[in-house]
Amino acid sequence: MNTINSISNQKLRWRVFNDKLFSIVMMTLAFISAVPLISILYQLIKKGYKQVRLSFFIEVAPDTMEAMMAKVNHEIIPGGIANGIVGTLIIVGMASLIAIPLGLTTGIYLSESSKNKMANIVRFVVDMLQGVPSIVLGVIAYIWVVKPITSGFSALAGSVALSIMMLPSIIRSTEETLKMIPPTLKEAALSLGVPYYKTVLKVLLPTGMSGISTGIILGISRIAGETAPLMLTALGSSAINLDITQPSSAIPLLVWEFYNDPNLVNLIWGASLILLLIIFLLNIVAKAISKKWKVQY
Amino acid sequence: MESTILNKTDDKIIQIESPILNIDKLSVSYGGDKYSIMDVSAGIQKNKITAIMGPSGCGKSTLLRAINRMHELYPDTHHKGSITLAGENIYKINPIELRRKIGMVFQRPNPFPTMSIYDNVIAAYKLNGIKLKKSEKDEIVERSLREVGLWDETKDALHKKGTFLSGGQQQRLCIARALAYKPEVILLDEPTSALDPIATAKIEDLLVNLKKNYTIILVTHNMGQAARISDHSMFMYLGELVEYGKTKKMFTTPKDERTEAYLTGKFG
Amino acid sequence: MKSEKLFQYFLKLGGIIVLMVAIGILVTLIIGSIPTFKEFGFGFIFSSNWNPTEGRESYGALPFIIGTIVTSILALVLTFPFALSIALFLGEYFKKGRISSLLKTMIDLLAGIPSVVYGLWGFYTIRPIIVELGLNAQGFGIFTSAFVLAIMIIPYASSISAEVINMVPSQLKEAAYSLGATRFEVVKHVIIPNAGSGIFAGFILAFGRAIGETMAVTMLIGNSNNIPTNLFDIGNTMASLIANQFGEAEGLKYTSLVAMGLLLFVITGILNLIGKMVMRKFTA
Ligand SMILES: Nc1ncnc2c1ncn2[C@@H]1O[C@H](COP(=O)(O)OP(=O)(O)OP(=O)(O)O)[C@@H](O)[C@H]1O
Ligand SMILES: [Mg+2]
Repeated sequence: MNTINSISNQKLRWRVFNDKLFSIVMMTLAFISAVPLISILYQLIKKGYKQVRLSFFIEVAPDTMEAMMAKVNHEIIPGGIANGIVGTLIIVGMASLIAIPLGLTTGIYLSESSKNKMANIVRFVVDMLQGVPSIVLGVIAYIWVVKPITSGFSALAGSVALSIMMLPSIIRSTEETLKMIPPTLKEAALSLGVPYYKTVLKVLLPTGMSGISTGIILGISRIAGETAPLMLTALGSSAINLDITQPSSAIPLLVWEFYNDPNLVNLIWGASLILLLIIFLLNIVAKAISKKWKVQY
Repeated sequence: MESTILNKTDDKIIQIESPILNIDKLSVSYGGDKYSIMDVSAGIQKNKITAIMGPSGCGKSTLLRAINRMHELYPDTHHKGSITLAGENIYKINPIELRRKIGMVFQRPNPFPTMSIYDNVIAAYKLNGIKLKKSEKDEIVERSLREVGLWDETKDALHKKGTFLSGGQQQRLCIARALAYKPEVILLDEPTSALDPIATAKIEDLLVNLKKNYTIILVTHNMGQAARISDHSMFMYLGELVEYGKTKKMFTTPKDERTEAYLTGKFG
Repeated sequence: MKSEKLFQYFLKLGGIIVLMVAIGILVTLIIGSIPTFKEFGFGFIFSSNWNPTEGRESYGALPFIIGTIVTSILALVLTFPFALSIALFLGEYFKKGRISSLLKTMIDLLAGIPSVVYGLWGFYTIRPIIVELGLNAQGFGIFTSAFVLAIMIIPYASSISAEVINMVPSQLKEAAYSLGATRFEVVKHVIIPNAGSGIFAGFILAFGRAIGETMAVTMLIGNSNNIPTNLFDIGNTMASLIANQFGEAEGLKYTSLVAMGLLLFVITGILNLIGKMVMRKFTA
């Protein structure tokens, strides 16, 4: 009896030890993911903050020669990323202009026809679009826009690629937000004799506004840092360019260009830092919206 | 004056000679200084069925779960007082050890959906990493399923998933799962409230049979059930143990007006 | 009444346009790659010779298919212990509270970092370490890219897994605890088996992400047209090849890159659908 007890005690201690060990290992592994994050942020801030001056926002990227001269003279490389900032604003803005109306209508359509066959097909397609690699969308926009429409690389082509990329998240967040609204709300409006389309536009959409706009902003933050599809479409430009049928720069494209040019390579840090700040800011805004404006049903 | 009141309360709680479980001034809180049960003291007699009754939210489940320390799964719980099992303070035993001595059956049948009927019965061994020979396992499975009267119904389907059984069968499987490790005490929290009357009757018969070998504590909302199968009954109200006595006596001549009100359906 | 119908048609039109975009993508890729498949047949997929030299032009996708799959699987293997730990942390051990929201914020930040910035980090921070360790002379290659990819897909793999782990019914966990299981035993015997298919779906979706990732890989993999011979060898992936060579491509090379896009589209599409289907079964 005593030996059985001591065996089971040993076993018990072993199991308790295993349990503790597992939770320690798990927590350690979970928080190791902080190491790359901190390393990336540290690197960007340390090497990038010096470049972030006013001129960095209002001057266009320098050319190789200017940069080389500055380097030789041990001066700070002149110029900034204004062409990238303007390009990103135009390309992302236009992508949103295409994707938001289409995403909203499709999202409303899906939420209003839950068991319909056509809606199921659309849902299936949206699921699939969500997984398409951005580089493939670059190829598509090249074939659809660069070749036939703008007969050359253009901001518009970049916007088309990015708009397809942000569509699924807008559609999904719209559908899911609207589905969460209790049907009684809709029925109440309809029973007051409010027409269906007014019920949707004036009751359902405003009620779901916070969820929908969170989805849209997250969609924008997802495409703002995209580089690969823009390489095949917008290409890049050394000047600020407001004509959407012409090649345009964008911040991620500038990072890529700086990276490939030994004379400009020092500028990657400032440009990346700005890009990252923009994306994080969008994320914070999205979070704040979903928290602050959360509608209680 | 004061002593008569004390005597009166004592009178409402029977004293159990050499109880297997002894609950002593137990208070349990889920956080902060609000206690969900307060100063509960009671002895539990071996090989008897003890029923715990009372209106919803009075602390029945809390008391039951304190007995095998399941309440500690909620992070902010704390307690005062003590419980002893065969003289040993359960709060000094490792909970994983304790729970093998005190098994539990829940309100909704909850067989593990990823395991077969066979594996569900020996789940305690599997979970605790105890290696058994095939013959030992077979024996345990057969004994436990026979104990709950499920052997004939399932012996040809042992390797199918337990979730295909009917609700009543699933609950008996869960009882078998709790019995497989030969616990001393079995706690049941409204085990029949999700079942139909026929399945309920089967479980009641089963519990009466099981008390030969086990001590049973049963939380129930069903007064008829308590009257039919329990030997002792507790009545709880607002976290307090109001009355505890022989079931027959309590149902015929309740000593506290709150017990009487409950038994006559005035509230609950 | 008329405006009602009109409005419904209008909504439906949105759905139809999205559908046409998706079909359009597929059709465009197929048409665009016809010349390549006419020229090489399925040899395009199974040939390992990618040679744009005029006169001896030959385009085989095999080195890039292999490069893509090896890199992505390695990334998945590397990410597994970390993503699963995060999922258990958020889905079971610490569902609420300060540290869990700290970890969640960290994961969100990781997800927000653009691919090109990961590439920079890989180039300037990870590559020197690889060289230092003597794993590879230049520090470029399959392993370097997979390592960075592994970090990039942590958010995808862990967030879905955390969700499904959180969904394991508490009554099952309680049943296990009541039988004397430790928390680790509950994780091993109840949580993982019950959430298994959902966790699998999460990793499949993350795998799809890894396959389509372009910039970080382009900057780190070494861009060679040969089949990699070991995990530290240089190589190339389909996405990275398109990014590198599309700009200057014409004729057969161009159509072969479009065909590469088609392969990528089909593979990631299938993976994505499998993941979503398993997920849907799980939540149903
Ligand atoms: N996890 C918990 N956290 C906080 N408070 C709890 C928790 N569980 C129970 N309580 C509170 O403790 C008190 C007693 O609850 P308990 O579940 O023990 O009641 P009960 O008698 O079993 O009720 P029922 O008949 O409805 O099952 C209630 O006031 C309840 O709100
Ligand atoms: Mg209860």
